[in-house]
Amino acid sequence: MRQRSLTAVVLAAVLAATTGCTVERHWGGNTNTGGSGKAKVGLVTKTDTNPYFVELRNAARAAAQANGADFSALAGQFDGDNDGQVRAIENLMQQGANTILITPSSSTGVLKAIKDARDAGVLVIALDTATEPADAVDATFATDNFAAGEQQGAYVKASLKGVPPKLLMVDGTAGSTVDTQRHTGFLKGIGLTDSSPEIKGHTAANGDQSLAQQGMENLLQRSTDINAVYSMNEPMGRGAYAALNARGLTGRIVMGSIDGGCEGVQNVKNGQFAATVMQFPKKMAEQGVLAAVEYAKTGKKPAGFVNTGSAVITDKPLPGIESHDSAWGLQNCWGGTR
Amino acid sequence: MSTKERESLGEFLLRAPAVGPALALVVAIVVFSVATDTFFDLDNLSTVVQQSLVVGTLALGQTLVILISGIDLSNAASMVVATLIMAKLAAAGTNGFVALLAGVVLTIIVGIFIGGLATRIKLPAFIITLGTFTMLTAVSKLVAGGQAVPVTDGLLQWLGTKRYLFGGIPITYGMTLALLMYLGVWYALTKTAWGKHVYAVGNAPESARLSGIKVNRTVLSVYIVAGLTFGIAAWQALGRTPNADPNQFQLGNLDSITAVVLGGTSLFGGRGSVLGTLMGALVVAVLRSGLTQMNVDGNYQDLATGALLIAAVVVDRIARRQQQS
Repeated sequence: MRQRSLTAVVLAAVLAATTGCTVERHWGGNTNTGGSGKAKVGLVTKTDTNPYFVELRNAARAAAQANGADFSALAGQFDGDNDGQVRAIENLMQQGANTILITPSSSTGVLKAIKDARDAGVLVIALDTATEPADAVDATFATDNFAAGEQQGAYVKASLKGVPPKLLMVDGTAGSTVDTQRHTGFLKGIGLTDSSPEIKGHTAANGDQSLAQQGMENLLQRSTDINAVYSMNEPMGRGAYAALNARGLTGRIVMGSIDGGCEGVQNVKNGQFAATVMQFPKKMAEQGVLAAVEYAKTGKKPAGFVNTGSAVITDKPLPGIESHDSAWGLQNCWGGTR
Repeated sequence: MSTKERESLGEFLLRAPAVGPALALVVAIVVFSVATDTFFDLDNLSTVVQQSLVVGTLALGQTLVILISGIDLSNAASMVVATLIMAKLAAAGTNGFVALLAGVVLTIIVGIFIGGLATRIKLPAFIITLGTFTMLTAVSKLVAGGQAVPVTDGLLQWLGTKRYLFGGIPITYGMTLALLMYLGVWYALTKTAWGKHVYAVGNAPESARLSGIKVNRTVLSVYIVAGLTFGIAAWQALGRTPNADPNQFQLGNLDSITAVVLGGTSLFGGRGSVLGTLMGALVVAVLRSGLTQMNVDGNYQDLATGALLIAAVVVDRIARRQQQS
């Protein structure tokens, strides 16, 4: 009997620990909608550990402080944690947020919760990742991931100087919106389609550096006769680089990546990546908070897709490709020490 | 085949649980060597072994835990915290050996914590390690502060970077260390009194207690030894990928259980071997490598691994039933 009740206590503690979201700050009070004065901004990120979302959260918090808005940040527990994000939205509404900024884990997974929030008069802005349909939220402030992929593809194509590509692709999570947009954007930029024979293989590595390294090792076993590598983000690019390096292939391969994290820019500077495409999470967060303040004051809501831009970072600039060097990149990168 | 012969096959599998996974491994290697002209290559075989090192080392400790009919859901999380501590200390200028030691001490402390709860308060291992897993995952994210930590220290990378040729096959020190660890645990399990106690406790703890075995002490020692292997798995992980990242190995706990079960160790405890686990870890890596080289989509690779896992459990069940009848 004693053992059973102890088990129950531990089980309850575990459940509490695993179901709770990370709460940064609470505020009391009822739901305040637009035009009533003070902005109460809630941010829901995919996770609270990825440096990208850390930068986004820090920038949002700083912007909220600078503009006299209340701020609270919640997150899902892992990339793809729709349920955690739904709970975060519900918690924020309970706390009386009048604007919710969200980086949706999936473009469709949290739509019902978003609709409930909007029905209650809350301004909902998607950051970083668009919803499907796009008008499920009031507005989207994000990188155009298709365009970012296209920039990477165009750079790799230009870098090959007319030599037909022999390409290996390191994708992220199958079915994720951002991944799909970057992937198809890249193929458009380099001038290929999914069925092109120039694609010598692909692996999906879930954003995990060690899985990317394994996948690349296995692909290279099939053929080392390649000249180009697509990586969907920088950690996976580093994994792919380790596999290429072990085969002594890095000198004759053009590897592009996307993200613009400080470590990734450093990889460009060291010559591991030929180029990376930088995103600007800080802009997304700041513009989101400013929109929330505006909404609280005047009741005016933003609308539509606002592209926060992306920039090619490379130390080997090519004609026809607009780019910045790694020194500029290190000044504008996110996460980490600059 | 007559019933009698079939029964003896079941008995044979029970006596030598590593035989099934060894057969599966050989079949997989033969199939991929025939199906592709790239798989059977000494460099590739070495790569496949290197790919299985981290999960293989996690699975070594997991085997011991499962042999005493426990389970450890927190092993990979404990390993990830250890990689972060090693990397952070090294980045702060601490001597590599001290950093390594700090990580290993941490995983051993986690082992003592789990073993202590399992023996003193008699909580089920599943619950203890589920809670530990959740806590350690949080700790790794707190320690990392949203940042992966690159590792440049020579000793921390040593298992992956240093290699020599053995009969034309590139061997890393990581592979050598894993082999020595497997041999050591195999020896301890089969040739020492401690090993006999581990099997006895897993089979029937009450009978073990009545026959004079100190059950609690055996259970605690298993979690401590397992903790040690998880610390070394962290070293292996930094050798493979010199970058400590809280988002890596999120499924490492389940991967290690997969290797153990594929290796013929019974989830009900008391039956199994570390040699089987070695085969189990290698089978998974061989499947991944071979199927990737055949250009098979990753989702189908997961499908195949899952089906093989269920097949392994079915074989275990049939063997047990034949033993009972």
